[in-house]
Amino acid sequence: MTDALQRLRQNAPQQLLLGLLMGIAFGACLQIGGVTRYDVILGQLLLTDFTVVKVMLSAVAVGMVGIHLMRGAGLAELHIKPGSVGATVVGGIIFGAGFAVLGYCPGTVAGAVGSGALDALVGGVSGIILGAGIFAVLYPRLEASVLHRGEFPTMSIPQLLNLNPWMVVVPVVILIAAVLVGLEYAGL
Amino acid sequence: MDPTPYIAGVGIGIISWFAFLLSDRPLGCSTAYARTSGMIEAAIRGDAARERPYYRKFAPQIDWEWMLVLGVVIGAFVTAVVTGEFALIWVPSRFAAAFGPDIPFRLVVAIIGGVLMGIGSRWAGGCTSGHGISGTLQLAISSWVAVIIFFVSGIVCAFLIYGVGP
Repeated sequence: MTDALQRLRQNAPQQLLLGLLMGIAFGACLQIGGVTRYDVILGQLLLTDFTVVKVMLSAVAVGMVGIHLMRGAGLAELHIKPGSVGATVVGGIIFGAGFAVLGYCPGTVAGAVGSGALDALVGGVSGIILGAGIFAVLYPRLEASVLHRGEFPTMSIPQLLNLNPWMVVVPVVILIAAVLVGLEYAGL
Repeated sequence: MDPTPYIAGVGIGIISWFAFLLSDRPLGCSTAYARTSGMIEAAIRGDAARERPYYRKFAPQIDWEWMLVLGVVIGAFVTAVVTGEFALIWVPSRFAAAFGPDIPFRLVVAIIGGVLMGIGSRWAGGCTSGHGISGTLQLAISSWVAVIIFFVSGIVCAFLIYGVGP
């Protein structure tokens, strides 16, 4: 089983096909959930429509349990991104501004294109590509100045606290469930 | 209660299992745009573009994540057609209600927002998928910080733009 998995993970053409298939399923979910719509995303940011939070929190809860079960069985590894105040916080503020001005994010803009949103195609996709290119040009200077300021440990919260992962996963999943029940109870 | 956000969320959670299991990688979308910008720059300037330090880190080529984003377009298209939601629109209705139906104005705003998003997602090392879903479900420290900042900044900016209370 694990040998077959290793071969699959290293097979480049099969990985491209898997990426496409998972993307198709991902796009279908984004469309079903309604989060490919500008109106829904701005509704979330204006706190009148909690669809984005519902999709994200239920995805995180389901994904978190599965990934930790697979990790326990030796079938999956964590891929923790590094971060810092200079990178994550400063970049996150710029991202949030873009989120509100564009009304889509890099995943949902692709879904919006599929659903026929021409502002997403002509403005959104080209803008994100242009912005990524600007970042690539600025990268050597940013790397030398701001990106490594105030680095976070590249680890998970259980690793930081030196806890069994389930000691964090279970409370977080309960908390997510409580938030979702609360949102429905409040009629949001 | 509308079950569709939960159906979508559970589906995305399950897709993330397959991404880790079969591809040994988290779901993410923003790197694909950086690779595309590199491919475009390489097409214009030739191989000199590939020497940029950022493109040496993220090679300008089609990879798993690029195919994922292409798949999102296809999956959303097929679903929208099947559910009868497919519609060509230039100006989203909420935007039009607040700022008018002018198409060039919406496109300029969308490009500005896209540029900010392109810069911000690469600056923060991920987006609402890579940090917001895949990173938080791994309980990564950087990702929980990122998703909180994304939404706080997004909410503040949306209220500034729309200038109204909920």
